[in-house]
Amino acid sequence: MNALAVEGVWKYYGDYPALRDINLTCEAGSCLALIGRNGAGKTTLLRTIAGFSRPMKGAIKILGGSPRETATRRNVGFIGHGIAVYDELSALENLMLYARLYGLTDARTKALQWLTETGLERVRDGLVREFSRGMRQRLAVARAFLHEPSLLLLDEPFTALDDRAIAVLQRLLREALAQGRTVVMSTHQLREALELATHVTMLNRGQVAFDGPCTPEMVADPGLVYARYGEG
Amino acid sequence: MREKLLYALGVIAFAILARDIFIIAGFPPEVAQGNAFKIIFFHVPSWVAAGTALTTALLSSILFLVTKNFKYDATAVAATEVGVAFLSVGLATGILWARPIWGVWWVWDARLTSALILWLMYAGYLMLRHAVEEPTQRANFAAVFSILAFIDVPIVYFSIRWWRTQHPAPVFFSSGGSFPPDWSAVMGWNILAMVMLACVLVSVRLQQEQAQREIDSLRRLAHAL
Amino acid sequence: MEFLRQVLVILAKDVRAELRTKEAVNAALAFAVMILVLFSFVFDPDEATTKMFAGGLLWIVFAFAGTLVLNRSFAREIPNDCLDALVAAPIPGSALFLGKALANYLLVAAVELVALPVFGILYYVRWYERFWQVMLVLALGTWGVTVIGTMFSALTVNIRLREVMLPMITYPMLTPALMGAMQLTVDLMNGKSIAGDATVWLKLLVGFDILYTAASIILVDIVLVG
Repeated sequence: MNALAVEGVWKYYGDYPALRDINLTCEAGSCLALIGRNGAGKTTLLRTIAGFSRPMKGAIKILGGSPRETATRRNVGFIGHGIAVYDELSALENLMLYARLYGLTDARTKALQWLTETGLERVRDGLVREFSRGMRQRLAVARAFLHEPSLLLLDEPFTALDDRAIAVLQRLLREALAQGRTVVMSTHQLREALELATHVTMLNRGQVAFDGPCTPEMVADPGLVYARYGEG
Repeated sequence: MREKLLYALGVIAFAILARDIFIIAGFPPEVAQGNAFKIIFFHVPSWVAAGTALTTALLSSILFLVTKNFKYDATAVAATEVGVAFLSVGLATGILWARPIWGVWWVWDARLTSALILWLMYAGYLMLRHAVEEPTQRANFAAVFSILAFIDVPIVYFSIRWWRTQHPAPVFFSSGGSFPPDWSAVMGWNILAMVMLACVLVSVRLQQEQAQREIDSLRRLAHAL
Repeated sequence: MEFLRQVLVILAKDVRAELRTKEAVNAALAFAVMILVLFSFVFDPDEATTKMFAGGLLWIVFAFAGTLVLNRSFAREIPNDCLDALVAAPIPGSALFLGKALANYLLVAAVELVALPVFGILYYVRWYERFWQVMLVLALGTWGVTVIGTMFSALTVNIRLREVMLPMITYPMLTPALMGAMQLTVDLMNGKSIAGDATVWLKLLVGFDILYTAASIILVDIVLVG
């Protein structure tokens, strides 16, 4: 069974097709880098997979289930553009909130474990409002990994991260992949992404322009896919 | 073809209304209220038209949520706009009539008050639509609002009736009134014409809305290129 | 049981986040007192007629002040994209909605309970004579305000002029509930118990609350996910 299967997905903004007949599959343990220009539909596709909106046509299967099923959502982690933690709450409170929402049995232990994992245990009772940018981003990473999802969806994860946060994220992603979990990320930071990627998909105007395994060639020259399959 | 049919319908509706104006002008003044009474020939039909349009809006909203077809969203907005326009006509004719008969422009009568609240509610629908940018979200939000608003229609009506019956009724309104059978026939024609007019307006507005949506998507396409 | 737990998690989160800053609650309270003071210039609190309709005045204050709290409800989720994370979490939209509505309910009710004695003092109204009946009307009326307000807070969260739009779409739809609450409050503050004809308003309030709670729970997923 594929970890993720996108089958003939169409998505419209009014009458304008933002996604046209997207077909994708990801095996468990693979890492898909979703590339393409701004407005190519990367974010729309990721948000549709994450279940924030329903496709107009076609179907999305995550571990065999639909994105809006409770069982599926328990297995999906999402990092978007925002950090998705509350400024008014402390780091620990934020993580405990999400641990409870995901129905984890020992919310406090799990939250503390992930604070340690991301190097935030020292400031666990500090309000997020008072955190530096890098700390906030690491907390956002901890929030997405907290419930140990089988499928991780990351929208431009390396943009706006500081070096330490990038290091933390890359380490966690490597560990996750080693454990057989699946990662799908949209990105402009080709170098960071291609180091991890096993597959590359390029979107162009809502269509799949390229889909294939990530080759050493691509890692050596990240601009290659754009040069070969992008328009002009 | 479809457009010609539409315009033909519109012309027929106008012809009926114009003809009826002459017939109504020929009627003798009503016993208690004189000529002012005759505004009822336009007042009642606009309420019927408004009711028809707003019910259409509700059904289209539900259909949109079920099918996600933007055709129904366009119908909903077209019908609501026309409904609000006819509500305005109903309110305006009511006010014009109230001045000579009740001696004031406005009375906090059950029907008038409910009509005003409905008007405000559906004006809110149009404002909400106007403010939401993303087409799918706009259609969803508007449909949800339309359903919530329609639930309120009977509640508003009955609550205001209870409210008014608890207070003394306005004393300056005491007409028995008489309504001869040939007047009823004219009323029937006027209702028909007004509903036809509403249908024509909704269809025209619907075409415009669909054209607008096409333009929007072409603009997005142009931006993407 | 699981559903109830999820509702409580959201409820606790919203109340805690609000009480950390007290932005909305303080603003609502100051606003409520300000309107009461301003109204006293128009309606002389000394006059007997003012006592006749002062109960109605109270609900205008509650509705206006309540909107300030409700405006923050979903707006709080926007700056860090928290709403995405809540929608992505494995909880039904109805649990999210109810949790938020209950949090708003507690906050609005708290503002009302502080404003009520202030109102009593400023307008010489003995509101406490029929204490439990007043509380009943307050409880039912406030739920009507919060259930509609929370739903519309979700509808208006992403739009321009959110602060203006929310009251403009909320009040017309709230009219029947506000009217019922006003009628009952006026009666109660003039020494009349809820009996006879007045029970129709109580039924209206209960019906309104049930109808809109049900409709919101059914429709909220469309608003959140689309």
